[in-house]
Amino acid sequence: MTSAVVPAVAARPARRSRVPARKVVRETLFYIAVVIVVLIALFPFYWILRTSLLSNSQVAAGVGGANGIIPSHLSGVAYSNVFTQGSFLRPLVNSIIVALATTVVTIVVASMAGYALARLRIRGAGAILGFILLAGFFPVLAMIGPLFLVLRSIGALNSIWPLIIVYLVYTLPIATWLLKNFFEQIPMELEDAALVDGATRLQVLRKVVVPVAVPAVFTAAILSFILAWNDFAFAVSFLTSTGHFTAPLAITTFGQSQFQTFYNLIDAAVVIISIPIALLVLFAQRRIVAGLTAGSFR
Amino acid sequence: MSDSQSTGNAATAVDGTATEGRPARAGRPALVKRLMPERRRPAPVGHARETSDRRLGYMLVAPVVILLLAITAYPLIYNIWNSFHFDNLSFGGLPHNFVGWSNFSKMFKSAQWVSALERTLVFTVVTIVFDIVVGLALALMMHRQFRGRGFLRASILVPWAMPTVVSAMLWKTMFDPSAGFVDYILGAFHPAWSSIAWLGANEWRSWIAIFIADSWKNIPFVAILLLAGLQVIPNDVYEAARMDGASWWQSFTRVTLPLLKPALSVALIFRTLQALLVFDVIYIMTGGGPGNSTQTLSFLNYQTFIINTDFGLGGAMSILLVLLALAVSFVYVRAFRPSTN
Repeated sequence: MTSAVVPAVAARPARRSRVPARKVVRETLFYIAVVIVVLIALFPFYWILRTSLLSNSQVAAGVGGANGIIPSHLSGVAYSNVFTQGSFLRPLVNSIIVALATTVVTIVVASMAGYALARLRIRGAGAILGFILLAGFFPVLAMIGPLFLVLRSIGALNSIWPLIIVYLVYTLPIATWLLKNFFEQIPMELEDAALVDGATRLQVLRKVVVPVAVPAVFTAAILSFILAWNDFAFAVSFLTSTGHFTAPLAITTFGQSQFQTFYNLIDAAVVIISIPIALLVLFAQRRIVAGLTAGSFR
Repeated sequence: MSDSQSTGNAATAVDGTATEGRPARAGRPALVKRLMPERRRPAPVGHARETSDRRLGYMLVAPVVILLLAITAYPLIYNIWNSFHFDNLSFGGLPHNFVGWSNFSKMFKSAQWVSALERTLVFTVVTIVFDIVVGLALALMMHRQFRGRGFLRASILVPWAMPTVVSAMLWKTMFDPSAGFVDYILGAFHPAWSSIAWLGANEWRSWIAIFIADSWKNIPFVAILLLAGLQVIPNDVYEAARMDGASWWQSFTRVTLPLLKPALSVALIFRTLQALLVFDVIYIMTGGGPGNSTQTLSFLNYQTFIINTDFGLGGAMSILLVLLALAVSFVYVRAFRPSTN
């Protein structure tokens, strides 16, 4: 628009009008692709939200007619049924306890190890790091047999407490690597100053390093919580009675009747356990991305 | 403790004074790199602190090592022991006799195990090819600067962060003939397509549903990893390629892909292992059916251990699974090594 004012570009108009046209087409195609991707990622969530808000008779009637993409009636009956018929509260509480406890243990153990591996020049640090990485790749389903036998012999089957220990196989490798990488980047001067002032190593770790490392600790905590919250394999192998189920396991028992699967009930539970994770992703998106990539690029 | 502290102070003082080399190195970009060599230099006065530091280091590292050994190495050894013994809880009265290789020969002769192995390998190959290609496309999309990029990234990240039970149940709903969206929309094209049974009726359709649910959840992870890899590539490499008159495709194949190799190998290996060990989505969507047609190695392991309580045969299967995972991890380490130099 302002180009007309500048005499030097007077010869350009023909070329300029063509380039934007091609660019507009390309931009439009790009945005269409973006919309398609977002739809594929999010539409299924809309569909379970929609299904969870149907009544039992609407589910029985099937999709179509008044129960199309946007149903004519919505009801919260599945959400109350999940708690009354499904007793979903207990599994939810179990999952929260286990995921939080796993996160706390992971953070304590992984920060200690991460600090030692980053700073204290122990012999065999490379081998230890390699082992920790390898443990993260260990096939979970190969472990369940022996762990089942061990838990059975100490009478700890069908209890949520052993899960806190076994879930560490998901969380410790990534958390230790992440924190070790972060500790390595903290300037040494900070610690040296505290050591000069007569602080012990452990005091330095607690009072200097951990406060500086809060962002990394937070990232490790979020990832640990997600990984522990998401487990299914250990829970389905070790837990047998509904009162001890974790939330993901409880969902698989919902909505089954002889003639009909009540997807409204299943999907209400699915929506409920998705909420904490969705909130974590929305509020801590950057940290999760940073943690995922820092944990693996080494 | 106080002794080591005082020597520690001395060590720092020496470190502080004995670093004439520092100004010369000040130009180095990374603070860490500048500091690390100095720390490694043996400082005689600081020897006591080094020793006490090291002792503390072992104490701090011990919990991680002990816990991970207890959850991985102990079951592995237990599995090796079990795989050479008869150990089945369904026959609790029978003694746990040494049976040699019979669990292994039973496994190799089992048609169920062999076909589970084949299925798992095919699933793994198809999955990693598809996930890497689509994940790379998504990464390139997110790498562009445009309005709504943050929203795109968040909406891609949400499926990844969800429990597998969510992605599996969600797609089970989507593929259900009476409650799902898939048949509803297919029915708009052809009436006969409005009631296709996907899960539990037909082997191929079951696999398609499993494959979609698994990819939908796991491609985001690949995309985020590759995006991080793209962001590390300096812009002037592309500038140089453009100066030389490279087309988009040329700069993609000659610049982007080679420089993306570290990120690609990480994504590849994570996805390979996840696909090789696929379990949750199968258990929830098909329970291994129809028949045994969607059973994978991990599923069979679960069934042998927990349902059949055969810890001898299960132990043999576990060892094969661990060996497979180890082989893949080994490839990973090999492929990844050059980039760390």
